[in-house]
Amino acid sequence: MTDRQKQRLLHRSIVTLAWIIGLLMFFPIFWMILTAFKTEQQAISTPPLLFFEPSFDNFLLIQERTDYTKHALNSIITSFGGTALAMIIAIPAACAMAFKPSHLTRDVLLWMLSTKMLPAVGVLMPIYLICQKFGLLDSRFALVFIYAMINLPIIMMILFNYFRDIPKEILEASRMDGASTFAEITQVVMPLARGGIAATAFLSIVLCWNEAFWSIVLTSSDAGTLVALVASFSSPEGLFWAKLSAVSTLACAPIMIFGWFVQKQLVQGMTFGAVK
Amino acid sequence: MAGLELTSVKKSFGGVAIIHGIDLSIRSGEFIVFVGPSGCGKSTLLRLIAGLETTLEGNIRIGERDVTTADPGDRGVAMVFQTYALYPHMSVRENMGFGLRMNGVDKDDIRKRVDRAADILHLDRLLERKPSELSGGQRQRVAIGRAIVREPEVFLFDEPLSNLDAELRVRMRLEIANLHKRLGATMIYVTHDQIEAMTLADRIVVLKDGLIEQVGSPIELYDDPDNAFVAGFIGSPRMNFLDAKVVAVEGDHTTVSLVDFDDIHVRLELERPLAVGSAARLGIRPEHFDASAEIALTVPIEVIENLGGIAYAYARTEDGNPLIIDIKGDRNVVEGKDFTARFDAARAYLFDPETGLRLR
Repeated sequence: MTDRQKQRLLHRSIVTLAWIIGLLMFFPIFWMILTAFKTEQQAISTPPLLFFEPSFDNFLLIQERTDYTKHALNSIITSFGGTALAMIIAIPAACAMAFKPSHLTRDVLLWMLSTKMLPAVGVLMPIYLICQKFGLLDSRFALVFIYAMINLPIIMMILFNYFRDIPKEILEASRMDGASTFAEITQVVMPLARGGIAATAFLSIVLCWNEAFWSIVLTSSDAGTLVALVASFSSPEGLFWAKLSAVSTLACAPIMIFGWFVQKQLVQGMTFGAVK
Repeated sequence: MAGLELTSVKKSFGGVAIIHGIDLSIRSGEFIVFVGPSGCGKSTLLRLIAGLETTLEGNIRIGERDVTTADPGDRGVAMVFQTYALYPHMSVRENMGFGLRMNGVDKDDIRKRVDRAADILHLDRLLERKPSELSGGQRQRVAIGRAIVREPEVFLFDEPLSNLDAELRVRMRLEIANLHKRLGATMIYVTHDQIEAMTLADRIVVLKDGLIEQVGSPIELYDDPDNAFVAGFIGSPRMNFLDAKVVAVEGDHTTVSLVDFDDIHVRLELERPLAVGSAARLGIRPEHFDASAEIALTVPIEVIENLGGIAYAYARTEDGNPLIIDIKGDRNVVEGKDFTARFDAARAYLFDPETGLRLR
């Protein structure tokens, strides 16, 4: 075998391996979607069924028994609201840290990130009690605020890195041109880091959408998100795999469709620093 | 248009003093060039004038106004950056109009002023392009255009040509010179390129270690340097320095002997006589060696750089001090052989070896 053939074989083996790993990782999701269209009997049959007549009964049942629309709306409001609030705080803060760094900037970033190392359950009591005291249990407002706060460190960190890629002279030029700090951020920094900001916002929306701990603990019928809806299906009447799969599919679908639509922006955001 | 006045301006970064107290008066309409080796504080001084750095001590006045603590946008200055610093997401027109928009100028007025500046800089046909679609020279022109439209009292240029190739640099240098004539505005220009400094400046400010070494017209600095640093910095190739010793003083005349050339004496006219036996340094420019002059130095030639019209011979004295001689295209000078270079005492300068100050 020549060197060239060897190299080609190696390349092919790596590609095949990558495909196998990728498919293995995707399999549970595929199986969940498949199961959503089965009856409860089909869902637990051995051997597992790959080909069957799909049924939409599970989805209809979910809409009958619960209010899917309301939960979906709650998910949308809390994820987008939490992300928006976090971005409003993070953009100016990351600007300040990227463009006016002090000798403590690194430490401040590390400190912010360190709050992510704290297990959420560690602050369960104080946050629960505060929400209870202010009548914020089962409220979307509380969830928006908490989501914004828990994602803030990560958003700050990512935006800080994007902003640091913007040449300092461009901002100095805008200051020479008489731009106020607000104009500097909105007319120079934000358009320049548009891709990065979009990618960061999307990541934050996904993190909020999938957040389970606080939404299950702090909400019930009024402000419950799709994640809380999924959780409610897994307990009282034992496990109904088909229905659970259907509700999980419904919970994932909106964010996946949204992701599909913004993927162009996302890729642009991820390569922003590289191509400057 | 306005003059500029710096009074005891100081600046330090993290406890390290960069600018040690600068006093400088710039007349309205003057073209001033700051030169000096890297780290001399020339860019910092420009940034202090721009307001991009805060002045710790001293005062900066532009025209009648004290702008020491004013925001960059309120100083009536515009700056052209080395890296152009154009807004990549805006078209050329938007780039040039941004400053006016920030200052609340109405749209029609912005369009008129941008069109006028584009006309001066031949950017008319590029107005709708993005900076990424322009060449280096065009970008630099847009950066200059951005400064022009604001009609500032003072233009600041921070090494604006150093990112351009040699040919383009010469062309842009001429354009900047023409622009100064046409606008008659006060311009401050930072460069480490002494050709730019010599060709553009009305007056050059030579800086070293955060202090002004000398201020004067290019020819003044060349003909009459105050110290060895300025003498060495202005002029290319740089001035030769030879160790010397005072051997005799008679009235206005001081005779020094060149340490590297035992028996060669140079008789100079000095206002203030020196003590016999004291050390000095004698400076002679490479281009001031002349075959018909009286004093002769014989040195072995190491390398010859022949540029066609001009040729430089690089030699070394017995004690290993370098000597550069402009051999005026003399084809008879050969590498590895001895050459006798001649100069007149009137062309030589004398400096104090300790302080570097000129001995007049």
